[in-house]
Amino acid sequence: MTTQYETHEHDVLIIGAGGAGLRAALGAMAEGAKVGVVCKSLLGKAHTVMAEGGIAAAMANVDTADDWRTHFRDTMRGGKLLNNWRMAQIHAQEAPDRVRELEQWGALFDRTQEGQILQRAFGGHTFRRLCHVGDRTGLEMIRTLQDRGVQLGIDVYMECAITRLLKDGDRVTGAFGYRREQGRFVVFRAKSIVLATGGIGKAWKITSNSWEYTGDGMALAYDAGAELMDMEFVQFHPTGMVWPPGVQGILVTEAVRGEGGVLRNKLGQRFMEKYDPKKMELSTRDVVARAIYTEVREGRGTEHGGAYLDISLKPAEYVKKKLPSMYHQFKELADVDITKGPMEVGPTCHYMMGGIRVDAEAAQSSVAGLFAAGEAAAGLHGANRLGGNSLSDLLVFGRRAGLAAAEHANKISSMAIDPGQIEDAARSMLAFFERSDGESPYTIHRDLQETMQNLVGIFRNEEDLSRALEKLEKLKERTGRLSVEGSRLFNPGWHLAQDLKAMLTVSEAVTRSALARQESRGAHSRIDYAGPNPAWGAKNNVIVREGSTMALRQIPVPEMPNELKQLVADEK
Amino acid sequence: MAEAIFEVFRGDRAGGQLATYRVPIAPGMVVLDALHHIQAHQAPDLAVRWNCKAGKCGSCSAEVNGRPRLTCKTRMDALPLDKPITVQPLKAFPVIKDLVTDVSWNYRVNQKIPPFEPRHDADWKMFQEDVDRVQEFRKCIECFLCQNVCHVLREHDEMEQFGGPRFFVRVAGLEMHPLDSRSRTRMLKETLGIGLCNITKCCTEVCPEEIHITDNAIIPLKERVVDEFYDPVLMLVRKIRGTA
Repeated sequence: MTTQYETHEHDVLIIGAGGAGLRAALGAMAEGAKVGVVCKSLLGKAHTVMAEGGIAAAMANVDTADDWRTHFRDTMRGGKLLNNWRMAQIHAQEAPDRVRELEQWGALFDRTQEGQILQRAFGGHTFRRLCHVGDRTGLEMIRTLQDRGVQLGIDVYMECAITRLLKDGDRVTGAFGYRREQGRFVVFRAKSIVLATGGIGKAWKITSNSWEYTGDGMALAYDAGAELMDMEFVQFHPTGMVWPPGVQGILVTEAVRGEGGVLRNKLGQRFMEKYDPKKMELSTRDVVARAIYTEVREGRGTEHGGAYLDISLKPAEYVKKKLPSMYHQFKELADVDITKGPMEVGPTCHYMMGGIRVDAEAAQSSVAGLFAAGEAAAGLHGANRLGGNSLSDLLVFGRRAGLAAAEHANKISSMAIDPGQIEDAARSMLAFFERSDGESPYTIHRDLQETMQNLVGIFRNEEDLSRALEKLEKLKERTGRLSVEGSRLFNPGWHLAQDLKAMLTVSEAVTRSALARQESRGAHSRIDYAGPNPAWGAKNNVIVREGSTMALRQIPVPEMPNELKQLVADEK
Repeated sequence: MAEAIFEVFRGDRAGGQLATYRVPIAPGMVVLDALHHIQAHQAPDLAVRWNCKAGKCGSCSAEVNGRPRLTCKTRMDALPLDKPITVQPLKAFPVIKDLVTDVSWNYRVNQKIPPFEPRHDADWKMFQEDVDRVQEFRKCIECFLCQNVCHVLREHDEMEQFGGPRFFVRVAGLEMHPLDSRSRTRMLKETLGIGLCNITKCCTEVCPEEIHITDNAIIPLKERVVDEFYDPVLMLVRKIRGTA
């Protein structure tokens, strides 16, 4: 078989066009690299567009006592000290400049009385720190980056999905994929590759994530021999919609609580008093999600199995001004006027703390030339991410990944592409069409979501996790036998079949890591191992491919310099 | 269980027809839920664009019973169920397959718009009342429903001469940015053909973000163009000075 494909060549190829991918593109272009950006959807539709609450950056516009040290400490404490301290430090130090830069590129944030960027309170942040635009901060960010990229002339390959990284010996030299529109194959030759593919939420049934979030980047990196880290740490956002059924899981921004919203159970009790009397509704997400889950499990849930979140105590005009998209979302999708009564909310799979293991300075993975940034990368958030730290992560490490990828590309003179790898990748995509009596990918996807939702959810135990591993094995077998109907022309069933493979890889990595970590820390709660265990507090789980098996090992958490240790320990 | 009957366009560039599907109705269901149900149980290759399912990304635009809508925000209980619900692709753009259209023209128009250029003396102090107006324009989620209903594009195919409401909104966001230093009036007149708009407000009616496209973006931009190019006093001055 000789596969037909189009070929493109770039110094730096960026996979993913959300905040991290676009910021990486701008970083690499600033270094003079020829940059290509590949994205599964149309430009501007990536998950960043859905980010609501804001960008965490210690600008100290509202609370003048804020500085990077406090932001660093909040981030480390929120992550239960499992974070890579150096990433947390860089992030806290560089985030304000990244926000100012967005403003200089045309972003318009909400303002303080003095005309500065306004900042709001959010869970786990000591000070009011989130720069925001109502509750559509992500839209502002992605448009700003997208328009700047387009003006500077990045090549964007829209509706294009990568299924395999191509390697020459130990380093990546390209990527193979398909155009969703016509189903044609495409090969990119690249000296450096940045994975900015986001998370994995689509492996769970109740999720705030879109169809794109299938763990592609992590699976590509894993297949290429890179390490995945902290895969057990999956964030369940405390507040997703619970009713009606079609909207289950859709995000209700933490900004509702940031602006003063309170949580109550069906008895009217403000239950956060029991779980975190100090921070209350603005406790970290892991704590609030477990609290709501526990209230429901113990019979104090609302009619549709959630908790009440009430912002109607604030003036209606204020709510509409600060939370416009929440107002419309509930009004149009749930017939609830949030200026008059409470919303019903419950936990929803939202964010992946784990991902590709990268070095803190340059965002490079353990494979030469392969970089990762944003949600696809691990390290910054440790065991639990603070709200608002994702958008800043995208900017800080997107930029760093882009700069480092361009620098790496400068040092590379030749790139060899192995036609055998291309043929193999093409064959694997076409194999889905060869059977006509197999299962539908949609059925397998539904079963995967049930498995992860029921067995690898907020509370875990050994029995469930072991059963999940068995089920994943069977799902893998079924995926090997599925069949796809129709042609290669814009065929979502075919696309899902490939995405399933990635979801199965990351689901297995999550489950194995969760089984190994015999303690409860941050977003990882083991019923059979309640509370943290100091021995596990010093270790990160790392997953790597060995032949066709998934190997798990532990590495020590990098040790902080003394002055930072002191900072984290400070009673404040 | 109650059912709805859907007639969904199936086809590609070469043509197509409406195909009929029966879908069980659940409380609060939206049209996009029904399309997903059809994909999962009846037509796995049904081509649909979607992302956020919450009205924030503008991917799932289609014509439901002939009206341009975001399918993720179109409640089934707001539609008459005694007759089939038709779902068709946006008419103004070429069909790729089923409900997916080729919207790449929009991205090409966007490339022509000169970017934000801050004033040299900008101190980056801006007050909320100065940015309120621009923030309205920046709510745009690029669903392209406004482009789809604009008769200059939909009926007259003036893609070469006209930018469409989406890009007037974008230009308004730049022109009215308190710290922007460029003028885009010439390109509004010459490249984006704002004069072709005759203010029928169809775009404003379909905007899911409720942006007052005509009143707040297009009319003020038209006024700027008129001031710059058609002001009789200025025209006289230019004629006398010989700078016309």
